[in-house]
Amino acid sequence: MVEHGLTDIWVYLSASPLLGLTMTLVAYGLAHRLYLRARANPLVNPVVGSVALLITVLMATGTSYEDYFEGAQFVHFLLGPATVALAVPLYQQLSRLRQLWLPVAISLLSGVVIAAGSSIWLARLFGGSREIQMSLAPKSATAPVAMGIAEKIGGLPSLTAVLVVLTGVTGAVLGTKLFDWLRVRDDSVRGIAMGVAAHGIGTARAFQVSPQMGAFSGLAMALSAFATALLVPWLVDWMAVLLA
Amino acid sequence: MQFLNGITLLLVYQLVGEVVVRLLDVPIPGPVLGMVMLFVTLAIRGATPEPVAQASNALLSHLSLLFVPAGVGMMVHFDRIAAEWLPITLALLISTLVTMAATALIMQFTTRWLVGHREREGQDHG
Repeated sequence: MVEHGLTDIWVYLSASPLLGLTMTLVAYGLAHRLYLRARANPLVNPVVGSVALLITVLMATGTSYEDYFEGAQFVHFLLGPATVALAVPLYQQLSRLRQLWLPVAISLLSGVVIAAGSSIWLARLFGGSREIQMSLAPKSATAPVAMGIAEKIGGLPSLTAVLVVLTGVTGAVLGTKLFDWLRVRDDSVRGIAMGVAAHGIGTARAFQVSPQMGAFSGLAMALSAFATALLVPWLVDWMAVLLA
Repeated sequence: MQFLNGITLLLVYQLVGEVVVRLLDVPIPGPVLGMVMLFVTLAIRGATPEPVAQASNALLSHLSLLFVPAGVGMMVHFDRIAAEWLPITLALLISTLVTMAATALIMQFTTRWLVGHREREGQDHG
């Protein structure tokens, strides 16, 4: 009887958005706690932890991604207002930005072209299909932007969303080590590089290092989203001619 | 109430951004245009209103949470990723590291070259 009752409850819950939403928040809460306990070690990235936990639970209970997303879409939706919200830290760095606008503009544009160009070229070099190449091309832009671009250039938007997350995690986990190794110590420089390559997940990591690195990373993420949307479709056509 | 006003304002900017992008058929995502418009507004006003600062802070302090639902989407693409794991892994890893390193070095070089020594001294104290 108890078994039967639990099944009924499960059937009810899995059909409502409550479960997906709550699961996402609980999983993130646990992963974030683990991250803090590991003294903010970038290897224990909270996105990796929560995604792994959620996929395990969904697979174990036989829940489809569509059912899960019914609830998780409320969290996903907040990417939009969060993108708008980046205007605030950006504005707070206005005076420093005025001073540095030319280096920022040059490194941003080069970074965006290198990010898209190298991923298309490398995916091609290692035998990736055209769909994979096009899904990888906008991987350094923030999720909603990258998905829109992928759709336009012939990639798979939902696969791109995953690749965007993996890229962000790679940048967040390896970024500070790479900068130390390159002896890049200035937080505005580190921030720009992090934001161009690893968008919001890198920016979240940058804010933990310092507010200045976070603001510059947010700036780079916002402006490179802009630049990626404008440049990548054109770059794809150009590379198709060049590599043909 | 402050937080509510702030989040409402962010949504209004996003909405205006989405509408303008569709009306003018520009290839830029709506939220990105919304961000640019909010930035211009703040620059003209010369200050960040408290509600906007609060809402922005709340959203940005847990930015990584917002990527979790998209990341879970990996489960739908397991087959595809398994079939092409080598090009995906290598392209993603190498390209991300190269992009980060190149952007950092270009920024470092151009800052020293274009902004000069005064800037560098300032950073040593900061």
